[in-house]
Amino acid sequence: MSEWIISILLLIGGFFVLVGSIGLVKMPDFFMRLHGPTKATTLGMASLLTAAMIYFSQLQTGISAKEVLISIFLLLTAPISGYMLIKSAIHHKLKSIERTSGKGNIEDDV
Amino acid sequence: MRLEARFAWLPTPFRSLMLFCVWLLLNNSLSAGHILLGLILAIVIPLATQPFRTKQPLILKPGLAIRHLFLVLYDIITANVQVALLILGPTKRLKPGFVKVPLDLSHSMPITILASTVSLTPGTVSAEVYPWRESLPDGSKPEKRYLLIHVLNLEDEDALIQTIKQRYEAPLKEIFEC
Repeated sequence: MSEWIISILLLIGGFFVLVGSIGLVKMPDFFMRLHGPTKATTLGMASLLTAAMIYFSQLQTGISAKEVLISIFLLLTAPISGYMLIKSAIHHKLKSIERTSGKGNIEDDV
Repeated sequence: MRLEARFAWLPTPFRSLMLFCVWLLLNNSLSAGHILLGLILAIVIPLATQPFRTKQPLILKPGLAIRHLFLVLYDIITANVQVALLILGPTKRLKPGFVKVPLDLSHSMPITILASTVSLTPGTVSAEVYPWRESLPDGSKPEKRYLLIHVLNLEDEDALIQTIKQRYEAPLKEIFEC
């Protein structure tokens, strides 16, 4: 039974991480590319870690909860790294594709 | 917004709680020795590091904070599915855009939390907080702050701003009461 749960969680995790990487390749400009890795991977990693948690809880006696810590740190750091990337992209004035609306909202830096 | 905690020996209650939980998780055990050591560390570390830190606003409504956390976790799951669909769908139909969201929050810590939740939830990545700190005269506070976000598929700008303000900003404002 738990083998089934672990396999399904691993498949879901693999799917979302794959989608994040596909987004990285497929999207036309830097800003849109950033959406895949900041979001689609968080759920993917969460399911992979849950699968690891169930597997190791079975393997040893007692529950293994270290994986919760990994997912908390991932949740904390993913938006920060995304923010740093997009901030430096704006600073370097990277081009976004033609149909991007609201480009006037970007202010020039000092 | 309150900066001082109720007890002097416990300057940051939530940080202490987090340190305690992280210590137990790192050791992966619930034995009495680790609980005792975790309690000592959770009390001593905030006291010892207090002089180096700038004071941050305290969480005034813990119940609401936990409810907001679960709301955000739920939104992260739906966001993942939505973004996955957008990525796998036709790229040509996506309408990306930059949107400026006016902020009611004033302290930088709640703004950081809001920016992070915006980054993790449907189709948006927060990009910048305006006005630039460098453009202000030293020590002065700006009257109005804006959060610049990049949206993967922008359909209705006003509706998006309303959602962010009501769903994520209002609870944060209430939790920190600023």
